[in-house]
Parts: sequence; structure tokens; C-alpha cells
Amino acid sequence: MNITLRVNGESHDLDLDPRVSLLDALRHHLHLTGTKKGCDHGQCGACTVLLNGRRINACLTLACMHDGDDITTIEGIGADGLTPLQQAFIEHDGFQCGYCTPGQICSAVGMAEELRQGWPSHVTDDLTADPELTRDEIAERMSGNLCRCSCYPGIVNAIRQSLGEQA
Amino acid sequence: MTVAKPLPHDAALLHVTGQARYVDDIPAPVGTLHLAFGLSAVAHGRITGMDLDAVRAAPGVVAVLTAEDLPFANDVSPGAHDEPLLADGTVHYVGQPIFLVVAETHLAARKAARLGRITYEELPALLTIDQALAADSRFESGPRIWSRGDAAAAIAIAPRMIEGTMEIGGQEHFYLEGQAAFALPQENGDVVVQSSTQHPTEIQHKVAEALGLPMSGVRVEVRRMGGGFGGKESQGNALAVACAVAARATGRPCKMRYDRDDDMVITGKRHDFRISYRVGYDDQGRVQGIEFLHLVRCGWAMDLSLPVADRAMLHADNAYFLPHVRIESHRLRTNTQSATAFRGFGGPQGIVAVERVMDHIAHTLNRDPLEVRQANFYAPDGSQSTPYGMRVTDSIIGDLAARLAETSDYHARRRAVAEWNATNPVLKKGIALTPVKFGISFTLSHLNQAGALVHVYQDGSIHLNHGGTEMGQGLFQKVAQVAAAGFGVDISRVRISATDTGKVPNTSATAASSGSDLNGMAVKAAVDTIRQRLAEMLAQEHQCAPADVHFADDRVTVGGADYTFEEVIHRAYTQRISLSATGFYKTPDLSWDRIKGQGRPFFYFAYGAAVSEVVLDTLTGESRILRTDILHDVGASLNPALDIGQVEGGFVQGAGWLTTEELVWDDKGRLRTHAPSTYKIPACGDRPRVFNVALWDGPNRADTIYKSKAVGEPPFMHGISVLMALSDAVAACGPDYPALDGPATAERLLRAVRRQVGHEL
Ligand code: FES
Ligand code: FES
Repeated sequence: MNITLRVNGESHDLDLDPRVSLLDALRHHLHLTGTKKGCDHGQCGACTVLLNGRRINACLTLACMHDGDDITTIEGIGADGLTPLQQAFIEHDGFQCGYCTPGQICSAVGMAEELRQGWPSHVTDDLTADPELTRDEIAERMSGNLCRCSCYPGIVNAIRQSLGEQA
Repeated sequence: MTVAKPLPHDAALLHVTGQARYVDDIPAPVGTLHLAFGLSAVAHGRITGMDLDAVRAAPGVVAVLTAEDLPFANDVSPGAHDEPLLADGTVHYVGQPIFLVVAETHLAARKAARLGRITYEELPALLTIDQALAADSRFESGPRIWSRGDAAAAIAIAPRMIEGTMEIGGQEHFYLEGQAAFALPQENGDVVVQSSTQHPTEIQHKVAEALGLPMSGVRVEVRRMGGGFGGKESQGNALAVACAVAARATGRPCKMRYDRDDDMVITGKRHDFRISYRVGYDDQGRVQGIEFLHLVRCGWAMDLSLPVADRAMLHADNAYFLPHVRIESHRLRTNTQSATAFRGFGGPQGIVAVERVMDHIAHTLNRDPLEVRQANFYAPDGSQSTPYGMRVTDSIIGDLAARLAETSDYHARRRAVAEWNATNPVLKKGIALTPVKFGISFTLSHLNQAGALVHVYQDGSIHLNHGGTEMGQGLFQKVAQVAAAGFGVDISRVRISATDTGKVPNTSATAASSGSDLNGMAVKAAVDTIRQRLAEMLAQEHQCAPADVHFADDRVTVGGADYTFEEVIHRAYTQRISLSATGFYKTPDLSWDRIKGQGRPFFYFAYGAAVSEVVLDTLTGESRILRTDILHDVGASLNPALDIGQVEGGFVQGAGWLTTEELVWDDKGRLRTHAPSTYKIPACGDRPRVFNVALWDGPNRADTIYKSKAVGEPPFMHGISVLMALSDAVAACGPDYPALDGPATAERLLRAVRRQVGHEL
């Protein structure tokens, strides 16, 4: 079927089998290979992208459900100069093999927005106050992005630093 | 000098912008075909019929290959020739590849692979250690036995004796990038293979065998892996060979990538062990004599099981002097995935057992386990030797553990834990300090060699190639630092290129933590050769000795003259001096007889220690790591930032192995934990709440690259501190020694707690 995806600000007309996941559409049809496939089951977070500003697992949704939607992938983040978050990932060694990194970064961008909007998480004590940027909050909110190299200390520090600076 | 700097990873910028390419990201030429295996559904059986008509008729399928269609060798084993690419009449585990589908798309290949109709005459399957032992199903003719002194006699006369058994689970690598390979046919039947492998030379070798080519007809390239951890030392062979064979059959480029479930079902994992011990000791807890029995579940093919099981035996002592010792190791053949290399390569299993022994001894004496450990540490004076007769001349474990106990406030916290446990009935805490001493070198001595190729171009830029592969450990960056330091130039001049069997031949796997040790030295040798040529050229011009020519800060000074690096390079070029060199290195002083279990298999040891404190919910068995402090010895670090990353990552992975990562096979031999939904690796919230990692500040006593030490595997063993801390927490629930097995999942912990309070569960 024919759909239009807006990816990183650019419109793409695609003719896709309705069973093609958004992840495969990005990787195979648009050749945007920055978004990774770790499990294809919604369990590792390597494929995280932003859909109209909200983070989702691109392997768990079908491309044809997103006709007209705005999608941001890692290629669209810091395209004109690294963002503070990306800088912080480098500074704090937030990766080793790097395979989870695009997903971590997209997820962190989405998470920052959720925090700004005051969404509580499982570990937020006070559901009415604005959630604080504690290590536990970050860890809980980033728990959907696995890193087998276990760079979690670096990832948390990078996110804390970049969000802390923005706050 | 550019060594010893905390520079970020060489591809840092590419990683954070999503531009770093892995095999599946390399743009594939139009017409590329995709592959999938049809897999065995039974654990052991003779294939009586294979109806592949539906597979062939499926949309998008271009070809279907079986063992009979393979033109040359049908083997993807790393040596034993016991691992066919496609099953040849008999299947040996659930998940064994039987046929190969070649199709227009990845999805078409996978779907078609499901349509094969295979009939089997099922044979009895040996799935467990007990079944294999009863059937005497093993590799090698009998157990390997190494000993020193008379362990049985020493145990008999020792004041005290205990015995016990520990089950130690395997571990799935779960490299986030699954196995992948890509083959591009060349003229004259040659082939170029891109592979996600730690061992490009092995891929080259197996592909050449499968295509009936000399190795020179196959070129293998590896830019990077999305994690390896040992799982890409031999397990990538099947995909690369499949791609090459299919490319030969169809004349088109072929790509293969396992989906996660297939990856977990097909590939080998860490060996699971059962280790029994009998130990005699005195009232201080000093070991007088000890016997270990290692039962190793190797799976269906030999793969790397012998050296893995050897390394477990080689680490049965960990950091402790064992005066009388006997280690018996059975390498059992079962109808399960062929267990393979995994960070530590058997070492962690050997070490966790002796840590259990120390813990158990301390419990019987009602002493702090740290005291017992300290009573058994290797002396720093070099007077003692390992069970295999290698003198331990570089032991710093006593000082290192003492320093960590102090900086982590171990003793006060141990008292605080005891107080907490005395007043809290539900949440119990535990704390433990465990050491590691890990032997560095491949135990197959001839593997301890490496080559490098360095070019300096006319413009002063430097191109670097070596035999090591990059899987996130930061090897490329470290090696580039070595090259930059050698030339006295900024690292930005050094371009690191993909590992390529066409540039550096006959390489060993990037494994055994040896990547920077071996390749760093080889690069240094190549750089030294070129620098010497430059120095001689300038020395001649300036009538001085080559040693008086200095390379630093992107400049070269000699006598009163001062040149830019470019000037010198340009001069050398016009004077027709070669600006390209190879380098070679082999580790000195190794000798090892693995049958006798005697010799000097290691160049040196790396040391470290970790303290972990945990809290355990005795009503649910759930636990958390409250705090971990690690002090780790990397010699004089080449790159502290990368090394700390390795230490943190190794610890978390080790803790995962011993806590949440549980592999479950059913009674048909099917792996039931074949996806992250059922197999739980550590997530962000599982790291310790407080996590302090420091590097020991002494140089390596052995003559290694800038006196650094290998760092890939040793920190993995710090995860053992978590298991021992959990054991400490369970011990606080009742009178008995908990004898926790690994992994200590919530279910196991709950059961252990229930046993302590007198309920079987
Ligand atoms: S690939 Fe989508 S969550 Fe793993
Ligand atoms: S950096 Fe390797 S998986 Fe995260």
C-alpha cells in the first residue's frame, strides 16, 4: 500500500507490504541504518525512534499505520552539530560496541520530554510533584533500552548531565 | 606521548550519530540474496526424510541447499571437523541447521525455512550432565586430571574437612548485534566476506575449505561488531560459509543474519558446570589439601570446549595457594547447543567454585570470609606456585584486597550489615569481598602472536592495520594511541581501518583478553621500524646518532634543527625511503603441557577485587545490589576511560550470569529461554545503586605494551562478589551454609531462604 512517512523532516512516498514493520521500512526501504535491530520483538530498545515526539520501538509497529506521521531517527538528531546529549554520551563513555547507542539516545530524548510533561514513573514517590532527575528515575525510565556491554553508569551520567544542564 | 590518555572510543562520533556501520548496515548491491537455515526439531535423530518441495515453491526462494549440494568441505568447526554446516544424516540438537534457504528477502527466506518437512527416527538424547556421565558420552578418552602433592592424604590429616557441590549455569552472549555475514563473489571464483567475527582468519580458513579455494582466494573484512564476548569466536563460521557457498551457487551477493530467537537457539553459550569439592583445612581456614571435580556440559560438538575446560582447571586456585591439590575434569558431550567461548573462557567457572569453598570454610569457622581468603592468598614474595607449577611472582592480591577493604569501609559495613540483620526480619543484607587473579595468554601457546601493517603517506597521515577486531572494547583506540605515541604525533593523524585478512594474515582470534597486548606490540614494532628509518636518514644528514633524533608533538628535532612531521615524511619519500612496515610480536617465555598440566601457560596475571553489598527480600527472593566497589589492576593503563568501562561492563555482565541470566531447556532439549522476554540480562536499573571503580596504580611487572595489562576478561569475575553477598544474606536467615548455586535467581534465593527457616519449597 502507498503511504507517506515524514522522516527527519523529509517526506517519503513508499509502496509497502502492509506487514512491513516501521523498523524494516526505515532500514530496508529508506536505508536509514542508524536504527538498529537487536531483537525485533520489542524487548531490547535498539530500534527506538521518535514518533511525533514520543519514543516507540520501531520493530513493534507497522509502517502503514504511520501514514503522515512525523518520525525522527538517530540520523535526524544532531544533524547540524551534536546535541548536548550526544556530546555527553561521548564524554561519559556511554557506549562500548555502540550497537544500542542510537536507541539509547532516541529513548533519552523521548524520556526528557516525558519528564518535562511531568509524567510519573514506577519509582516516582510523589505523583503530583514534578519528577526529579534522580539516578533511579533515569534507570527506571531507560529500563527498556538494554546494553549488553553494560555501559549503564556512563549512559545514566550522560543523560543526567545533559538534562541537568537544560533544566 | 599519547598513551595513557582517557580518549574516547575511536568511533565515538559515528556511534552517537548512528553512522557506525555493522555488517547488516553495509549497503548491499542490488540483487543481494538473503539466507535462512531450516533447523532440527529434535535433539537427537536420524533424518529419514526431507521434503523440501514447499520450501522451494515458496515465494521469493531462489535456491535450497542441503548437505549433498555442498561442493567441498561440509564443516564449520574451529578444528575438530565434527560440525557440519548442514546436518549430514543425523541431527544432534534442537536448532541444528539442516538445510539452507536462499531467497530474495530476509523475510521470504525465514518464512520458507519453516515449510520444510523433515522426518526423523528419534534417538535417545543426552541432555544433562548426569545423562552424559551415565552414558560415558565425552570428548577426549577420559577425564583430564592434574595434581600436585597428595590431596587425599592432606585432607585426611587436616584438622577439618568439608565437601560440597555447586551447579553453575551457562550464559547466553546476547551480543546486541546478532550474528551476521555477507559474501560478495569476485572474479575467478574468489570471494570477499564481511563478517561480524572475532576471528577473521578462521572465517577465511573455513570459507576457503568450503569453496575449495586456497586461503589467498578469500578475503575477510571486519570493521566492528556490536558486541562479541566470545560468542563470535567460532559461532560466525556457519553464516559466513553459508553466504560464501550460496554466493558461489547463485553468482549473487548473499547476506545472512540470524534473528534473535534463531541466534539463541542455534549458537553455543557459556559452558555450564557442576563442580564438587572436598577440602581439608586448619582452624585459621588455611587450605591443606583440596580436590575438585569439574563436570562440564559441552554440547554436541567439540568447538573450543577443551581449552575452556582447561582454563577452568587453570583457575581452580584463583588467588589462593593450594598446597596439595587434585583437579579432575570431564568434558561431557550432550545433545544441546555446542557450548563455546564466553568472556573468561572457563575461568569464571573455575574461580567461582574456589570462592564458594572459601565462603563455605569461613561459615564453618564462623569467621569473616575475607579473613579466610586473606589467609590463603598467594604470598607476594614469589615463593609459591600454582597447581600447574607456575611460580606466582607478581602477586599484589594481598595489598590490593587490603586497600579495597579500607577504601570501601568493608569492616564497618560488615558490622552494620550484621546489626541490620539482627533487627530486620524481612529484608536481609549481605556483603562480600572477592578477589580475582586471571592468567593472561592463550593457553594454546602458538596463538600468542600478532601482526600489524603501518603505512605513512606522503602527507604525513598514518594508516594502521592489525589483526585484532573491534567489538566495543576500545582496542582500535588503544592501538592507535600506541602508534601515535611511537611517532610522537597527534592521534588525529592515525586512521584505523577495518581488520582485513588481506593486510595482516594468520591472525589469532581477538580473545583471551589479549587484543591490546598482542596487537599493540605488533603495531609498536612496525612503527619502530619506520621511525628508525626516519631517524637514520636525519642522523646521517646531521652527523649524529639515530637515538639523538626525537619525535614529539608532531615535530622531529635533531641537533639544533626542528622539522614538522610532514617535512620529515616528505624528505623520506623523496629520498626513496620506505614508509611502510609490518610488525610482528610473539609473547615470550611460554611453555605449557596441557596433558600433564604443567608449565608456564601465562605471561602474567591480572588482579583485582570487588566488594558488593546486597539486600534480599526474604518473602519474595528478590534482591538488589546496593553498592559495589572495585579495585582493578590494569598495570599502567593505556586508556583509563576505556579500562574503567571494561571493568564496569565486565562486573555487570558477571553479576548477570550469577543472578538473573537463567537458561532453561525442557526435557525434549528445547531451549525455552530464547528471547529477551524469558532470558533476563541486566538492565539499567540492575547496576549497583552506588558503584565505585578505581584502577590499581602499579605497572605490569612483565614487559608488555607500555606496561599495561589486559582488561577484557578479568573484571567479569568481580560479579562473583554479588553471589557471595547474596549467600551472606541467606546465611543470615538461619543456621546452615546456604550453598547457593548460580544463577541465584529470585526463585533459587527464595528456596534457599525457606530451607534456612526449615521449610522445603
Ligand atoms: S529491535 Fe525493537 S526492541 Fe529490540
Ligand atoms: S554499547 Fe554495546 S550494547 Fe550498548
